[in-house]
Amino acid sequence: MEVRDDRLYTKSHEWVKQEGDGSVTIGITDYAQDLLSDVVFVELPETDSTVASGDELAVAESVKAASDIYAPISGEIVAVNDDLEDSPEKVNEEPFDGGWIFQMRPGDESELDALMDPEAYREMCESEE
Amino acid sequence: MPFIPHTEADVQEMLDTIGVSSIDELFAEIPEAIRAKPLEKVPEGLNEMELMRLMRERAAADEHGLRTFVGAGVYEHHIPAAVWEVATRGEYYSAYTPYQAEASQGTLQTIYEFQTMIAGLTGMEAANASLYEGGTALAEAILMAVRAHKGKSHRVLVPETVHPSYRRVAASYCGAQDVVVETIPYDPAKGTVDPAALDAIEGDFAALVVPQPNFFGRLEGEAALAAKAADRGALVIASVNPMALSVLTSPGEWGADIAVGEGQPLGIPMSSGGPFLGLMATSKKLVRQMPGRLVARTVDTDGREGFTLTLQAREQHIRRAKAKSNICTNQGLAMTAATIYMALVGEAGLTQVAGVSHTNTRKLVARLTAIKGVEPLFEGPYFHEAALRLPKPATGVTTALTERGILGGFELGREYSGLENGLLVCATETKTEADLDAYAEALEAVL
Repeated sequence: MEVRDDRLYTKSHEWVKQEGDGSVTIGITDYAQDLLSDVVFVELPETDSTVASGDELAVAESVKAASDIYAPISGEIVAVNDDLEDSPEKVNEEPFDGGWIFQMRPGDESELDALMDPEAYREMCESEE
Repeated sequence: MPFIPHTEADVQEMLDTIGVSSIDELFAEIPEAIRAKPLEKVPEGLNEMELMRLMRERAAADEHGLRTFVGAGVYEHHIPAAVWEVATRGEYYSAYTPYQAEASQGTLQTIYEFQTMIAGLTGMEAANASLYEGGTALAEAILMAVRAHKGKSHRVLVPETVHPSYRRVAASYCGAQDVVVETIPYDPAKGTVDPAALDAIEGDFAALVVPQPNFFGRLEGEAALAAKAADRGALVIASVNPMALSVLTSPGEWGADIAVGEGQPLGIPMSSGGPFLGLMATSKKLVRQMPGRLVARTVDTDGREGFTLTLQAREQHIRRAKAKSNICTNQGLAMTAATIYMALVGEAGLTQVAGVSHTNTRKLVARLTAIKGVEPLFEGPYFHEAALRLPKPATGVTTALTERGILGGFELGREYSGLENGLLVCATETKTEADLDAYAEALEAVL
């Protein structure tokens, strides 16, 4: 199980990476993709929509389950990963890179403080196993 | 499995546990008018032999020479004897998709072929394994359109020319989910919705329902309506008669995003109003929003062809409360019969049934409107059903016709105020020249 040190994490297994331009990129973790098994479809959110922290924004559907992906913070959706429409397997193959799901512009950057650092997330996953 | 009824003590214990005083109180939220009551017309205490005799006598009274010219959503078509002979064979005779569905490859193949036929008839990319009947299929399509609508509108426009029962089902089914089902009026001269009238409707809407043919049998300006809705960013739901699709432009060709309909004309008997068969088809883009079962063709680990349930991740046994719909079964037996019917009559047969039904209705309208005071209620083309204006209220006329062995049609005043003199008539391929003459003679006599 891989946990990257360059980003933050949620209890519902999303990763949140702060980009240089003030936006954040969101995806699901290596741990989450492994639990889901082969992802066959990702339902993406609408760009330009304003969302609140905890909103259900996307759905990752695997051969056996469907899992909701939540907004880790409030803000505005600025981009979605259209590549996943044709290649949902990227969520499994490269969850931290090409398998990213959407990008947001945070409404309130202080909300990022509530997220887990890599060490805390690693500990949470290990305790779940 | 033994049938073990609850004793009165059991029932009382259960009621006490949940703090309800009686069974009646438990069911209090179900409106009185729709609760099951004792059978008033069947005397109590009949033994099986007496009951069978009574039912046979009543059935005979129904069948005795009555010729039906009533359509209004349920149509009398000839059902080849082979349809139900095959459908009721032990291998098929079940209303359900079996557990461990993949172990029943024959059942899955039948469903797959049904889906393929419905997708072909509607001109859509994917059909599901069926729903319960036309009204709930429309309601599910409305919910589906609201889920898929980009602008997140919860408002759906439903013309008054959509079957009145379907509109009532849609309103009660969708209302509880915050969907606003808004009725739009029709042009009283034509019996169809004027596409230009949509321009006057302000605000966003998630979908427009387009009935084809509509409840009056009339053909709507389907392509123009669909284009107007698409321009406004709304989805288009076609509510169709599958029999008509063999001769009309398919919904897929005129811009529908979802096509639903009542499958009863495809080999299902009228049988006092059910069980019937809901049809639903859509585009590949929206297939994940579609409720119900789907069967797909695939290959097994050895590369051999096989059939499997697919897209189950949307269904309630996996998605629980977030399932697309609580419908996760299909109308298996009626679907099987419809598949056999379509396979048996083929494309040419369907076209022929539709064509002869249309011709017969035209002949009937010509004969009836030759009678003084009887005229078409609307101008314009129709499929196999037409609305007539009688010189007096239709209700009394149909009663008098029944006494002469003719079920004359659907009295439009029952659903449309102002159309008390309107009678909706239908003559399918089952009617002969003699039947049409008999109707004309009877109508002339009773008017």
